[in-house]
Amino acid sequence: MNIVVLVKQVPDSGADRNLRSDDNTVDRGSANNVINEMDEYAIEEALKIKEAHGGEVTILTMGPDGATESIRKALSMGPDKAVHVVDDALHGSCAVTTSKVLAAALGTLGADLVICGAESTDGRVQVMPHMIAERLGVAALTGARKLTVEGGTLTIERQTEEGYEVVTASTPAVVSVWDTINEPRYPSFKGIMAAKKKPVQTLSLGDLGVAPAEVGFDGATSAVVEHSKRPPRSGGAKVTDEGDGGVKLVEFLATEKFV
Amino acid sequence: MSEVLVVVEATREFGVKKVTLEMLTLARELGTPSAVVLGGSGAAEALRARLGEYGAEKIYAAEGEEIDGYLVAPKAGILADLVRRVQPAAVLLAGSQEGKEIAARLAVKLDNGILTDVVALDADGTATQIAFAGSTIVKSRVTRGLPLVTLRPNSVNPEPAAADPAVEQLAVAVADTDKLAKVVNRVAEQKGSRPELTEASVVVSGGRGVGNADNFKLVEELADLLGGAVGASRAAVDSGFYPHQFQVGQTGKTVSPQLYVALGISGAIQHRAGMQTSKTIVAVNKDAEAPIFELADFGVVGDLFKVVPQAAEEIRKRK
Repeated sequence: MNIVVLVKQVPDSGADRNLRSDDNTVDRGSANNVINEMDEYAIEEALKIKEAHGGEVTILTMGPDGATESIRKALSMGPDKAVHVVDDALHGSCAVTTSKVLAAALGTLGADLVICGAESTDGRVQVMPHMIAERLGVAALTGARKLTVEGGTLTIERQTEEGYEVVTASTPAVVSVWDTINEPRYPSFKGIMAAKKKPVQTLSLGDLGVAPAEVGFDGATSAVVEHSKRPPRSGGAKVTDEGDGGVKLVEFLATEKFV
Repeated sequence: MSEVLVVVEATREFGVKKVTLEMLTLARELGTPSAVVLGGSGAAEALRARLGEYGAEKIYAAEGEEIDGYLVAPKAGILADLVRRVQPAAVLLAGSQEGKEIAARLAVKLDNGILTDVVALDADGTATQIAFAGSTIVKSRVTRGLPLVTLRPNSVNPEPAAADPAVEQLAVAVADTDKLAKVVNRVAEQKGSRPELTEASVVVSGGRGVGNADNFKLVEELADLLGGAVGASRAAVDSGFYPHQFQVGQTGKTVSPQLYVALGISGAIQHRAGMQTSKTIVAVNKDAEAPIFELADFGVVGDLFKVVPQAAEEIRKRK
């Protein structure tokens, strides 16, 4: 099975993250840039499917030059190769235009299965799998906590508020996964060394037949007008329990009218 | 005034979800609210009274197995046709997994911008979003098409405004390309009568300090006394104390209740990302240096197995 995993490089969610003051895009200089955590689960799932059914795993990333670092990290887990869509004109792209570029890139790869994380830790928008599926005219099985592959039939358990749904589709399809689906492997030393030699193909907008005016700030369908930091919370009263901590807690809740 | 489409989110068990009432309240500021019910047969009639109570002037309904039996795509297809026909001033969807997914497909079908995690929307289309784990406030606009917005639950105070909506049944003709992901089973997992996590006014969460799955009874007991939902930190979920769908944090649910109670939760950034926009935060933790106390409006440094039962007893006394 020909599997493509979408990998996004994001600012570390454990660091202080910012938007840039000049053009309102994500500030890639203010925090370490890492693989979106959820994507590691997507890579793991792809590798498991390859191990069980054979095939090839390709990483697909759209991002600036610096994303190469995350691509190598992804490859060190075991995928065969990577494709990096990189073009200065992409800077400032919105989700709708990003999906156009990724769909165009996927069109050149002929994937049976596209796997991605259910959301990225920077935008947390959750729209990309369905946007891409809509453009490619293929099924989207999203929010999977379990994925089963039987021939060309895919079945997922999709977590919902009430429980879960069992959803099925035929390949080709896009599947998005939550972090409950597996436990991603750590790259081995051998894997890290091997990743350095794995092929990484770069594609420009020209290669994909997408006009620069369709993407970036020019093609964006939404715009950030302004942004500001929320004032940080400050801690209030803190008491040490001396046998009446529970009562004091309820007294506070009562003054706030919760009890 | 132009119509504002509100895509209804409801559950079989509890009916119209609170976020839908929030959207109807918001829609009244922007134009004339029309509710859109996309679901199983008879869904619109069952929800009609409640939607009217919160100001829906009209209800569009698309119902049946063709809608309900497939994942998301048929709903987006019906909605795209409706948007083209009525040219609404805005389209509002719930900021849930499904709401965001329908909006995603709609955005591509209409080549229209999309704004998610919106907490306020002005009449001129400027949206307020909360980004980066509650640390950043963003004002943004759709620059191509109409405002297509998913509303984060607990952003608007729902206010009733009686209306008597008529139901208009829409033709249900679902394209084959929208029927590729078939829902073959829906399995309910035990949840009880507690409010839904992202919608609850009160959330009581437990962390690693709760110690084991059995001890979560304590968290549940306090949640029930306060009429709240139960949440859990990633550490608690990873340790198998509580199911994943209740995880609050960067890789779980984002909640913004009136009251958030953190029990045995240290307050790692992963957790804070999911709860720091809560209105009031209280915490119980035995470690006086735990970062959760930097956020808490009231904190008790102590053993939660002593503090929580005492608090529960005190609440019972006062009732």
